[in-house]
Amino acid sequence: MKNKNNFKKQNILEGSRAVALTIKNIEPEVISAYPITPQTHIVEDLAKFKANGKANYEYVRAESEFAAASIILGASATGSRAYSATSSQGLLLMTEVVFNIAGLRLPVVMTVANRGVSSPITIWNDHQDAMTVRDAGWLMFFAENHQEAVAQHLLAYKVAEKLKLPAMVNIDGFVLTHSYEPVIIPSKSDIKKFLPKFKPNSNEYLNPKNPVTMGSFARPQYYQEIREDLHLTLKNSTKEIEKEFKLLQKTIGTDISSSDSSALLEYYGPKKAKTVIIAMGSMVGTIKDVSDEMKSVAVLKIKSFRPFPYEEIKRILKTNTNIAIIEKATSLGAVSPLAQEINQALNNDKKNIHSFVAGLGGRDITKKLIKKAVKIAKNKNKSSQSLYIT
Amino acid sequence: MQEIRIHGRGGQGVVTASELIAISAFKNNHYSQAFPSFGVERTGAPIEAYSRIDDKFIRTREQVYNPEVLIILDASLLNTTNLVNGCNIDTIIIINTTLSAQEIKEVLKEKWNFKTKEKNIHTLDATAIGLKILGKNLANTVILGLLAKNSQLISLESTKEAIKEKFQEKGKEIIQKNVKAITKAYEK
Repeated sequence: MKNKNNFKKQNILEGSRAVALTIKNIEPEVISAYPITPQTHIVEDLAKFKANGKANYEYVRAESEFAAASIILGASATGSRAYSATSSQGLLLMTEVVFNIAGLRLPVVMTVANRGVSSPITIWNDHQDAMTVRDAGWLMFFAENHQEAVAQHLLAYKVAEKLKLPAMVNIDGFVLTHSYEPVIIPSKSDIKKFLPKFKPNSNEYLNPKNPVTMGSFARPQYYQEIREDLHLTLKNSTKEIEKEFKLLQKTIGTDISSSDSSALLEYYGPKKAKTVIIAMGSMVGTIKDVSDEMKSVAVLKIKSFRPFPYEEIKRILKTNTNIAIIEKATSLGAVSPLAQEINQALNNDKKNIHSFVAGLGGRDITKKLIKKAVKIAKNKNKSSQSLYIT
Repeated sequence: MQEIRIHGRGGQGVVTASELIAISAFKNNHYSQAFPSFGVERTGAPIEAYSRIDDKFIRTREQVYNPEVLIILDASLLNTTNLVNGCNIDTIIIINTTLSAQEIKEVLKEKWNFKTKEKNIHTLDATAIGLKILGKNLANTVILGLLAKNSQLISLESTKEAIKEKFQEKGKEIIQKNVKAITKAYEK
């Protein structure tokens, strides 16, 4: 059972530690966080690096998540590279500021360790927190494992700073943040080859020597155009994301960035599979194992939820297949969020689409559950409702 | 792939044990993974954690339902919880107890109607070693010495390395004591 792959470069780390080390090497100038439940070891580790003299960023301990978000908004508005991390209720408390950060076109990067939301009180993993702010105007990436999370943070900063859009890297709370697995952390010098120091144009940040107005009032004659502009930049960012992803693979190497052909999605399994499962985040790993075990089952992993890769999905899912969307989120009173997007992407087509909600509040996504979803998708007719399964 | 499930109570270092196993296996040139069952970690509450070891990157994230190795840090849990749920006659059971393998076999049969072979049960009074060497009522590292003795996937050396890495911030003295404790368990 010996193996030779990358062992010299890899470390076995907790997911939170892997993200924290990556952020340290990205060298943000300001980090702010609220250090209480729900939080992760990410900001705890970043605080330790600073306290031990291993990092130069300003670390601002905030009095609430709302304040933490406001502090990174302010830091970014003055032209600094800024970072925060949060989870569940923390993200909800940040919501107002999250919308403002995007509206102000500030390239903030934030890790969301995805967890469920109250009530009932839960501390466990699902994607309901992130889905609550899906319309805020942020780039939203979802990672399958530690290595992908590391790579997505590099990509997030690069694209964010280029397009002046904030970016959120979603990693499954506990499942990824609290698990140990081998991962490669890129060095500062490697990162610099891909992600240079953040230098915004002089008219794009607050500076007493060159005063500008940010966050001004917009009357009805202007508001809609400004919102549309943000929408179009985000929608059209897929090209830039793909371009930067290729550059990431070239400069930092595919052992860190993955050898996937796209930063937006990944198709795994037989090309003409009868059933394709569509999912996001850590459960994709388990689904890949199921795909290996079952005949004619593939998985389409969505890595970028915003921008949403409608065209790419349509292109990949050419043949007539059964589709099983499995997601850890709900849109109460409606079809669940990922299924809404897939229905839109495949709206003119006769595919047998099924939407499943599973794994809410930390319920385990087992192989058995995945096989059950495949069976339903295969044997039942298209449904316009989301089915909650366990 | 080998799957390991560890049972104990909050405060007994169940999660740390699973992490040490993963680090040790990695140091022994295997791919590995560790994660807790994500309970609310109150002192005394039943806790479980998992490790997986394989020759390729481990993708699955589901909890461990059918372990090849079951580690029990607190034998008192056997009175209230079916720890052997999902185990079979070949599951290796490593348990911190003052009872013998034969006695544990009988408890499992009578209490949980679980059949196993005596040779698959490895017992050790790890708490006694913990109290003596670590000066604390802790068995989580000690029991790893017994696991290393009965596993192809982690060795005593790789487990020592894992302790050095994981406890780096705790200082030399704690590392030395733990290394001594696992060596004692290994040699017993």
